[in-house]
Amino acid sequence: MKSSQQSVSRRGVLSALGKLVAGAAALATARKVRAVTKQAVTTPAPAGYDPTKHQWRMALDVNKCIGCGSCADACKNENHVPRDPGYFRTWVERYIIKKAPHGSGEPCGETLVDSPNGSIGGFPPTLVPKSEILKAFHVPKLCNQCSNSPCDMACPVGATFRTPDGAVLVDPTYCIGCGFCVQACPYGCRFINPLSHTAEKCTFCYHRITRGLKPACAEVCPTGTRIFGDLKNAKPDDPLLQFYAKNRLQVLKPHLGTLPRVFYAGLDEEAR
Amino acid sequence: MIALLMAHKEASAELLQHVQGFIYPNELNLLWSVLIVLYPYLTGLVAGAFIMASLERVFNVKSLKPIYRLSMLTSLAFLLVAPLPLLGHLGHPERCYEVMMTPHATSPMAIFGFVYAWYLMAVLLLELWFDYRKDFVEWSQTAAGWKRPLYSLLTLGVRDVSEKALRLDDKMGRIITIIGIPSAFLLHGYVGFIFGSVKANPWWGTVLMPIIFIFSAMVSGIALLMFLYLVTCWLRKVTVDMTCLETIGKCLLTALVVDFSVEALDWIHRLYVADESLDVLVLLASGKLYYSLFLVQMFLGMLVPALCLAAMIVYKEGWKRRQTAYFVCSLLVLIGILAMRWNVVIGGQLFSKSLRGFTTYKLELVGQEGLLMAILLVLLPFVIVSVMIWLFLPRAEMTGTTRAIDD
Repeated sequence: MKSSQQSVSRRGVLSALGKLVAGAAALATARKVRAVTKQAVTTPAPAGYDPTKHQWRMALDVNKCIGCGSCADACKNENHVPRDPGYFRTWVERYIIKKAPHGSGEPCGETLVDSPNGSIGGFPPTLVPKSEILKAFHVPKLCNQCSNSPCDMACPVGATFRTPDGAVLVDPTYCIGCGFCVQACPYGCRFINPLSHTAEKCTFCYHRITRGLKPACAEVCPTGTRIFGDLKNAKPDDPLLQFYAKNRLQVLKPHLGTLPRVFYAGLDEEAR
Repeated sequence: MIALLMAHKEASAELLQHVQGFIYPNELNLLWSVLIVLYPYLTGLVAGAFIMASLERVFNVKSLKPIYRLSMLTSLAFLLVAPLPLLGHLGHPERCYEVMMTPHATSPMAIFGFVYAWYLMAVLLLELWFDYRKDFVEWSQTAAGWKRPLYSLLTLGVRDVSEKALRLDDKMGRIITIIGIPSAFLLHGYVGFIFGSVKANPWWGTVLMPIIFIFSAMVSGIALLMFLYLVTCWLRKVTVDMTCLETIGKCLLTALVVDFSVEALDWIHRLYVADESLDVLVLLASGKLYYSLFLVQMFLGMLVPALCLAAMIVYKEGWKRRQTAYFVCSLLVLIGILAMRWNVVIGGQLFSKSLRGFTTYKLELVGQEGLLMAILLVLLPFVIVSVMIWLFLPRAEMTGTTRAIDD
C-alpha cells in the first residue's frame, strides 16, 4: 500500500476517534443537564414548596437529654430504617466520666462511651459504681447537614446534594452505592441501606419539615432537647432564636471545617 | 426481604461481640471489603509495569529491552481487570456509567472513568498498536489458522511497512510513552488521593498518601515483571538475560528504598505531630494490624527483599541460585504490597472515627465479596497476560533470534 493512502487511512482513524469523543462529550452534557433538573425536583418536598424561602437548623441541649432513645426509635419508624444495630439516622451516646484516682493530679479519670442499639429502649444501668462517677451525660447524634459537607464533595455522581434550605439529601434513584460518602463523613452518620444498596442518612425528615411539621425525633423528644426551626421565617420569640441567644453553642469536630448546621449547647470536650 | 434483614441482624449481632471500645453505630459493618483492597493493588501493578516499560523506551535503559513488551502487555492485562473489583463492590453496578456521564466535579472518585479511559485508550492501546503494527503486518502473512485474520484485524488496515512509516511508528510510540509516564503517575496518584483526601479518616487523610501509592505501585509493578519474566523464561526454557534481571533488581531495590523512606516519613510525622488520632492509630498498628503491617508488609515484604537485593549487587556467584533469589524476592514484595493495600483499606476502617474503639472485619469465603472472588480477581490478569504472551510474545522473540512468529 502506498504511503499517501496510508496517511489518509491514519487520519480517518483519528477523525473517527475524534467524533467518538465529541459524541460522548455531547451525551455527557445532555445527561448532566438532565441530572441537574432531576435533582431540583427529586426531593420529598410537596409541589409548590420553595426551598429558597427557608433555612432549617437544629440545636441540641445536651443538658436536657435523658437518653430515653425515643428519638432514635421514632426515626426508624418514620424513615423505615432497618431495625438492626448497624443502621441509624440518629442515635444517642452515653458518656460516663470517672473520677480520677486519688492523688493522680488529674481532674478526671477514664471516659466510657456506649450507645446500645443506638439508645433505642434506653440505656441499661451502668456497671460503674456511682461513687466512681465524676459526671455523666447523653449526646444525641444525627447528620450535621454540613454547609461544607465532605459527603457531598465525595459523591462521584452527584447523588448527594445540598438543598438551598439547609439540608443534605441523597437521591436513591441515582446513588451507585460506592460508599465513598460513608467514608467521607467524619461523624459516622451515613450507611449503605442493606435493602436498597444506596447511601442513607438523616434528612431532617425533609418530607415532614417541608409540610410544616417537625422532624420525627424533635416531635417525640419528651424533654425538648432537640430544638428545630426555620431561621428565615423565625419571629423574635422563636424557640430556636431564643436558644441561640441564651446559650454558648458548639459544633462537633469544628477543626475539620465542615460547618455543621446542627449546634450543641452544654457539650463536653470528650464528646466527638 | 425479611430473610435478608434477619440475616443482616444476625451478622450484626455477631459483629457486636467483637467490637472493642466505642464505635459509632453505623461503623459496625465494615464497608469497603477485600475487593477494594484489590483495586489499588491491581492499579498499582498497572502503573508500576508501565513505568518499567518507559525506562527502556524513554530513558534508554537498553538492558531492559527483553521486558519492554512484557511490561506493556502486563500493564494492559492488569488494567483490564482493575475496574472489576470496583464494579463487584458497587451497590448498583448497573449505574456505574453515571460516573462518566454525570461526574461530580468535586469528587476525586469521579475522575476514575476518565483517567481509566485515557490510560487504556490513549496510552496503552495506542502505544502497543504503534509498537506492534509492523509485527501484526508480518504475522498476518506468516501465521497459520485463525491467528492470521486476528493479526490482520489488529493492523486496523494500516499495512504500510515502509521505512518512513516505521519511523513514524517509533516516533509516535516514544511520544505516547512520554505522555504515558505522567499518566501512570496520575492513575495511581489519584487512587492515593481518593484515600488521602478523606479528612474524616486520620489513617488515610495524609498528603503523603498519593506519593506513597505511586512508589508502592512502582515497587509492586517492578516485582511483578521480575516474577513474570522469570516464570515465562522458565516455562519456555529460554535463557534468562541476567543483565536484564539484575537491572530489574536494582530498580526494585531503589523503588523499595524510596517507598520505605516515604512511609517512614509518614510515621515519623504522625509520631512527632501526635495529634488526637495518634493513640488509636498506635493501638491499630500494634494490635489489629500487627502481623499484616510489621511482619508481612515491613519485614517480609520490604526488609528481607531489600537486604537480599542489596546483597546480590555485591555477591555475583551462581546464576541459578541468583535467579531463585530474585524470584523469591519478587514474590515477597508482591505479597508485601498486597498487605500494604490491606493495611490501608481495611486498617482505615477498623478503628472508629470517634477514635474510641475498633470494629472487626470478617472475610467470607464465598459470596460476591468473599475470599474466593478475591483470589479469582487476582488470578484473572495472570490468565489474560498468559494469553497475551502466547499471542503477542512468541518464544523466538524472547530468545532474540527472530521477530517472526513460528507457527
